[in-house]
Amino acid sequence: MLASLVGFLGDFDLAEEAAQEAFAAAAERWPREGTPANPGAWLTITARNRAIDRIRRERTLAIKTRQLETPTATVDEPHTDVVIEDERLELIFTCCHPAIALEAQVALTLRALGGLTTEEIARAFLVSEETMKRRLTRAKSKIKQAGIPFQVPDVHLLPDRLHAVLAVIYLIYNEGYSNPPSRVDLAVEAIRLGQLLAQLMPDEPEAHGLVALMLIHHARRRARFSGQELILLGDQDRSLWDMRQIATGRQTLGRALALRGRGPYVLQAAIAALQIEERIDWSQVAALYGELAQATRSPVVELNRAVALAESGLTEPALALVEGLTEQLADYQYLHATRAELLARLGRPAEARAAFERALALAHTEPERRFLERRIAEI
Amino acid sequence: MQYAVLIYAEPDAHQAQGEEAFQSMFQEYVALTQDPRCLANGQLQPIEAATTVHVHDGRTMTTDGPFAETKEVLGGYYIIDVGNLDEAIEFASRVPAARIPGGSIEVRPLVER
Repeated sequence: MLASLVGFLGDFDLAEEAAQEAFAAAAERWPREGTPANPGAWLTITARNRAIDRIRRERTLAIKTRQLETPTATVDEPHTDVVIEDERLELIFTCCHPAIALEAQVALTLRALGGLTTEEIARAFLVSEETMKRRLTRAKSKIKQAGIPFQVPDVHLLPDRLHAVLAVIYLIYNEGYSNPPSRVDLAVEAIRLGQLLAQLMPDEPEAHGLVALMLIHHARRRARFSGQELILLGDQDRSLWDMRQIATGRQTLGRALALRGRGPYVLQAAIAALQIEERIDWSQVAALYGELAQATRSPVVELNRAVALAESGLTEPALALVEGLTEQLADYQYLHATRAELLARLGRPAEARAAFERALALAHTEPERRFLERRIAEI
Repeated sequence: MQYAVLIYAEPDAHQAQGEEAFQSMFQEYVALTQDPRCLANGQLQPIEAATTVHVHDGRTMTTDGPFAETKEVLGGYYIIDVGNLDEAIEFASRVPAARIPGGSIEVRPLVER
């Protein structure tokens, strides 16, 4: 409802106030007059009418009344869900507008579309409620003052802007994925947002790709930790995987591929799907990483491709690929750890040990350090 | 909505692109002034021509040079009237300074009266 109102009114604060008034009116009238056939539409329309009354009364800014010259809806013409959904899509693009600071995009999206309270968002991002309130207020006034539109961007802007929306949702997901769940599970919230986006843009393969990626990762969440220790994919207890969620993830990926999606999220989802197979087709994984590396130009993706190549039996080409990345990823511990493993496999223990030592010097966490020390002792 | 499209670049950054590029960028700047959405525009003289004015206890103090010593300086502006920020950004992205090293465009909405 808030999405619909914001889209209609072009003003977050006004929409929030109007929504509160509508709920108050409902609390008063529904018990007396019965719940209307379509409560959502009733609330939206009542809120709109309240907002219109208020604006007419206050006549504050000419700009607001100009926006209200569009035909006014009444309770007799319930708004269809289709229109309301379109307005939610507009709101997603507004909240994830690149002219807003990224952390504020994240907060706005969770507030306006995830339906979280300011306090919940603050807790999830470990800041005080006061700080989060200021962040949201600043973002809301930026939208109003800078004239950030409530619309789905034009076709020529859409690829970039969709990418920004997907990035915000994936950021929310990773925030939840890498931290143990608190009362607000950001990963679940991100999946819901992704599914909403995919539902609103059913022909957009990357939206389905992101949902598939998140579902496949999320299905393994209970197997990822044993106490505080991170369990690698190959060592995870598969009976802890949520097979239904994996099936939904695969189905969603199928949809993205049927739409001829080959973007970064579709490719990552396809890789994630291959990696949870009983027998992993590593040469296929390597080929997909190759495609992903071309799309993203990321040396970290190239490093992953090297790992997949090595797993498929091509140890020497894998090492050559890693050697080519040492300059770009000089301070990246996984480059050195990967290089060390490859050297060990190729029977070059002295070089392997040196590379493990380098990785150890760069390791951040205690479990990683213990793992590397164990490998050094083994060689 | 009206926006100021403020053009920042290092002095002589446009000239540094070479004579031919400089001439064609100049034509682009002129073309933008002809855009029907462009209400006003101006090119500023170099910062050497700037004077900063400050009134203290009723006395007018002047100093030679710009208000702030920065590498990138305000070199000119357009005032445009467009529907929303996306359209303003689109206009700004066509200003040559946006793509030359050290150049950038600041888009600021005007207060509506």
